[in-house]
Amino acid sequence: MDRKHPPTGSAMVEKILAARAGLERVKPGELVNVPVDLAFGNDVTAPVAIKEFSRFELDQVFDPDKIVLVPDHFTPNKDIASAEQALIVRHFAEKYSINNYFEIGRMGIEHALLPEQGLVWPGAVIIGADSHTCTYGALGAFATGVGSTDLAAAMATGEAWFKVPPTLQFIFNGTLPEWVSGKDLILYTIGQIGVDGARYKAMEFTGPVIDNLSMDGRLTMCNMAIEAGGKCGYVQPDEITFQYLEGRVTKPYQPVYSDSDAEYEKVFRYDISDLEPQIAFPPSPDNVRPLSEAGDIKIDQVVIGSCTNGRIEDLRIAARVLKNKKVHPRVRLIVFPATQHIYRQAIEEGLISIFVEAEAAISTPTCGPCLGGHMGILARGEKALSTTNRNFVGRMGHPESEVYLCNPAVAAASAAAGRIVHPQEVI
Amino acid sequence: MILEGRIWIFGDNIDTDAIIAARYLNTSDPQELAAHLMEDIRPEFPGLVEPGDIIVAGQNFGCGSSREHAPLAIKGAGISCVIARSFARIFYRNAINIGLPILECPDDLSMLQEGSDRLQVDLDDGKITAPGSGLVYRAIPFPPFMQELIGRGGLIEYVKSRLQK
Repeated sequence: MDRKHPPTGSAMVEKILAARAGLERVKPGELVNVPVDLAFGNDVTAPVAIKEFSRFELDQVFDPDKIVLVPDHFTPNKDIASAEQALIVRHFAEKYSINNYFEIGRMGIEHALLPEQGLVWPGAVIIGADSHTCTYGALGAFATGVGSTDLAAAMATGEAWFKVPPTLQFIFNGTLPEWVSGKDLILYTIGQIGVDGARYKAMEFTGPVIDNLSMDGRLTMCNMAIEAGGKCGYVQPDEITFQYLEGRVTKPYQPVYSDSDAEYEKVFRYDISDLEPQIAFPPSPDNVRPLSEAGDIKIDQVVIGSCTNGRIEDLRIAARVLKNKKVHPRVRLIVFPATQHIYRQAIEEGLISIFVEAEAAISTPTCGPCLGGHMGILARGEKALSTTNRNFVGRMGHPESEVYLCNPAVAAASAAAGRIVHPQEVI
Repeated sequence: MILEGRIWIFGDNIDTDAIIAARYLNTSDPQELAAHLMEDIRPEFPGLVEPGDIIVAGQNFGCGSSREHAPLAIKGAGISCVIARSFARIFYRNAINIGLPILECPDDLSMLQEGSDRLQVDLDDGKITAPGSGLVYRAIPFPPFMQELIGRGGLIEYVKSRLQK
């Protein structure tokens, strides 16, 4: 509850945008032009932005410290064309003195990296030329994905225009069952409302389950708001948020909260005490079934990682399941720690040893197979079970391959079993 | 401006991976991208589409990834405009920003026949006419700010004019 300001019937995003636009209040549907605290791109989207930016013929960006460039999609460079793209980004960072440029060996998948590096804080306005920019709502920021041209304009002006989104509130009641995680909450939600159920809208995640959900779980949930069409997803800042920010964000910030009388477009209440792990069947993230109804699905590849589920908590639970076990002889398991820091932490905690002993392949951080880029592409007819965020046609390779989405515990258990199973079956 | 062209019909939730698969994102050349437009869901499409053609789609067109390569590929193929019942928000921004004409038309156009029907589109007033049947549809007009963006030829030109002020 924001005690400094009287309630205005506004949800968090409306209040952030109103404050940044210098207005008392904004209403859903209103167009506002606001300064951004951070604008970033990657090796796929930044080269297009850089080309567009060159049309301004500027010898500086609006503020080099508010621009972040992370070559993470096709890096380590997968082919000559990708290397050329990455080179454009590297040269731009040098030319415009952009210090927040993260090279392989120091980097991570952008949406895991930026919060870890303290570049995200409550109340911030963040745009990224990547659809999963919505991840940062987990820290109480307004963060949304844009395209390359929007990034180019923001690099020049420091501003972006937005249509103020209406807010949908999702209240999660009950207690989180064992083996069920933030991933299952968001898959369940997408399954309920559909891939355009939150189109143009903000998604507020709240309730007792969210109050007790770890930061990693919250980041996973907000990460997939886009899979329901959401403009952003967020959790209002609380002790878990402040604990996470401790030692990462040193500058003062002002948390923003939804008013007690906030007007939501719609309120959804889910009791999740009996929720099972969820599986999203191809070819859409809203094609969700509880695990017990998945049937007997043999898999060829398992991917654990990505901006959705490559954080330390994800690796811990996967390692817990795989300890003293072997990956099924027919299955290829690839584990991608999402950042270099998480990678090191996983080594120190002995998780990487467990994966290697289990005969998994470990990769440096990269978006890699999540978008069918490299490091684990599927052949015709192959099936993958993945902790990533999308399972569209051809997402991980051949158009006739298939991707099923799940949480890290289910992915690890299924890698050992060779088919989609509940962790209880192998533990 | 009035456009007229052959139509290609697509369903709901056409995602940007379907529009242009990620394996082609190591280039941003619109012509190279156009050679793979819709390839994974309609392999024959890049060979059939001709400049001036119109894409007619259902709900949530362009959902998923923020890749601007999707509208670039559509533009590169010479598609004159995309009409959909609704657009995913990042695709909507991207199309306007790069000057690809899009129209949001809540009317059901799915009874139109690919191959035989053509559409005439008035980009100024959002009137969509099927010359064969004489049926008329209405697109939702853009708010004034976006009309200005479109009128200036996209976001870069719009920002340029503001930077000069």
